[in-house]
Amino acid sequence: MRRVWWLLVVAVATPVATGALHGQATDPDGVYARPFIGRGDATALGGYLEANTNYFVEDGVGEGFSFEFRRFNLFFFSPVSQRIQFLSELEFEHGTEEIALETALIDFRLNRWVTLRGGIILPPLGYFNQNHDSPRWEFVDRPLVSTTVIPSTLSEVGGGVVGTVPLGGFRFTYDAYLTNGLGEGILDNDLGRTDIASGKSEEAFAEDPNASPALSARVSASRGVSRLGASYYGGAYNQATLEGESVDTDRRIDLFALDGATALGPLKLTGEAALAVIGIPASLAEVFGDRQWGFHVDLVAPVWRPTVQGYENAVVNLSARVEHVDYNAGSFSSTGASIGDHVTALVAGASFRPSPGTVVRLNYRRQWSRDFAGNPLVRGAGVQLGFATYF
Amino acid sequence: MLRVVEFAVVLTALGFSAGCDLITPSAPPAAERLDGFIDGMEPGQVRSHLLGDEEFARRFSPSAGLGPIFVATSCEQCHVGDGKGHPVFDLQRFGRTGPSGFDPMIEAGGPQLQHRAVPGYPAESIPPGVTGISRFTPPAVTGLGYLDAVDDSTLVVLADPDDLDGDGISGRLQIHTPTPLIEDALALEAAGSPNPGARGNLVEGGYIGRFGKKGLTVNLLHQTVGAYHQDMGVTSDLLPEDLFNVQQGARASDPAPDPEVSSATVANVVFYLKTLRAPTRRRAAAPDVLAGEALFTDLGCGDCHVPTLRTGRSEIAVLDQVEFHPYTDLLLHDMGPSLDDGYTEGRALTSEWRTPPLWGIGIQENFQGGSAFYLHDGRASTLPEAIELHGGEAEASRNAFVNLDQESRSALLAFLRSL
Repeated sequence: MRRVWWLLVVAVATPVATGALHGQATDPDGVYARPFIGRGDATALGGYLEANTNYFVEDGVGEGFSFEFRRFNLFFFSPVSQRIQFLSELEFEHGTEEIALETALIDFRLNRWVTLRGGIILPPLGYFNQNHDSPRWEFVDRPLVSTTVIPSTLSEVGGGVVGTVPLGGFRFTYDAYLTNGLGEGILDNDLGRTDIASGKSEEAFAEDPNASPALSARVSASRGVSRLGASYYGGAYNQATLEGESVDTDRRIDLFALDGATALGPLKLTGEAALAVIGIPASLAEVFGDRQWGFHVDLVAPVWRPTVQGYENAVVNLSARVEHVDYNAGSFSSTGASIGDHVTALVAGASFRPSPGTVVRLNYRRQWSRDFAGNPLVRGAGVQLGFATYF
Repeated sequence: MLRVVEFAVVLTALGFSAGCDLITPSAPPAAERLDGFIDGMEPGQVRSHLLGDEEFARRFSPSAGLGPIFVATSCEQCHVGDGKGHPVFDLQRFGRTGPSGFDPMIEAGGPQLQHRAVPGYPAESIPPGVTGISRFTPPAVTGLGYLDAVDDSTLVVLADPDDLDGDGISGRLQIHTPTPLIEDALALEAAGSPNPGARGNLVEGGYIGRFGKKGLTVNLLHQTVGAYHQDMGVTSDLLPEDLFNVQQGARASDPAPDPEVSSATVANVVFYLKTLRAPTRRRAAAPDVLAGEALFTDLGCGDCHVPTLRTGRSEIAVLDQVEFHPYTDLLLHDMGPSLDDGYTEGRALTSEWRTPPLWGIGIQENFQGGSAFYLHDGRASTLPEAIELHGGEAEASRNAFVNLDQESRSALLAFLRSL
């Protein structure tokens, strides 16, 4: 707790200056695409916060109406020198219930195409993980595929190389890192199923949980408003040796993702899909899934640009999301029937952006989920009203 | 701007329109599900029920005490929706029959196989020398409190081990030799009972087993700690030592301190099981169902699947001296060679099974992934197939069913589907 207070004191005392643009050596969609960066050439402080209401019902049973203060995140940016820059993100979730240092990286720019990066980084798995700031999105909830199959926000310690290469009207980006990787929580969790997000651990910021780094990489090509990216993350997640002795077989997780964005007239489409292949001991087969996959597609269309005094760039959007995640793709050997454990959802929304970095949004979610055994669908629905803003 | 606000208000209002199935889904009809507590419980009892429900659903992780060898990670995994479970969570029990009788092969990890294990730990396999293996599909847990509250004397009256009434149906009590575990479980339950002498009495030198496919356990506390231990590898005050894989010759355990669930947790789960409601019937007054009900009695099905029982005194008011309709007599019956797996428990013969309650059988597929798996191991996929596999004491009833005309057969099946 003392450390948190110290960080807050530093945050408040940090001077915010104005000046040159930074971060352009890397993908402008990535971690530097935040409005507070670029205001100056000195250390800068920024962040975002988000809060919302929840009202959900599942098969006629709900917990009632509640408010939720989701996140208060602080960013620190510092151009250490002409070719070196620092960025961090400190997250407070649900007040101080969960405090996490999500990013603390330093970039060494070798030239305009190549930057070396190290520290606590966001592995480039799909698009969302590096672009998860709530004010960027028209939906209160993050996409399921991007938080479960891809366990955003996935922060890991490691280093690698990142860069942008313009070529023939396209902008190509690449990221490649070695990091400490995920741990045994993928199976050792209280969900009773394979849960990739449970493989994250604070301990991995101190040492590799299995002395075997994970590899992550992404390439993308973009032109105008269209983008296509492909990414991979893989490595061992269990501890196969203890004190130099073999105590288990190596088990890997391999994640593949595709992400894209484009526009059809005023309609903007964004989405990503992911497939995870997880090594499961034979003694846990079927109950713990060895394949998970899912996708989301978001559609956003501006429908009105009201003239409101003080809000020069105000816009009202209508939005829709379709998403599906299967946590255990496969079939029962005993019956031949498909294993359930999947969820499909449709979200309809309306949002008001008084300025590009601030959004007020209303979402209606309809969800259908099937349990592990494949029993009749459980139907859920809910309404959320919330806001998110950069500062 | 005003239009946006209006739109938002209207959409929000729609969202709060409870009961409108288009906006917020309503609950499936009570008759199509099995969960829920008994009507008429006090708010404090409902709270305890819900606490137990939460523990029933709790998934154990290896670091929280799961295993190291186990079958399922939670109670709910086997009894999803409180119904009969999916075959993927079948229990497998084994043993061998020798000159001195049935041996549950405890020294080889018997009688229950824990074929799953936490990562890095070896799961059990069926050892050599086994003469009998039986698969037990997890039963529905609905209405268990009623069965738990039936007095011993009721079961003694129902039993007819020597078939003195000459109806071809005997019905024996499952009797267990006293053990510290059984006596502790009975004593703890008797401590809260308004009539402690009504259940858990010494009968024929032992205690009546009433839960499990062969009546392995004497009450819901015994059943609950046994399931935590044998099915999940989770220790409790009454069974404080972890399972380990004896086939590996090691006494290795897991790192979680024992007991891995507290007595409060066990108590809440037992209360939850006790206060689960009885299934709601469907089409109970339909003519074909009523005709099928009459046939059920005429064919002698109801001689074992006794339609109505009565609870004794209970500290839980809604269970105190009430009639209920489980369609079981909780007794052991010889079901003939086709259902004889060569495995047994207690004093039951390998061909003897405790009569399973039939309530809830009409919606069984809602809990087994859309297909029903009938009988103790799910070997029958239809009700007629299940009936036709009955033998032994049920042979006459089975034959009578086979000889029914189509209309009568349909009526009987309609009755079963109404339960």
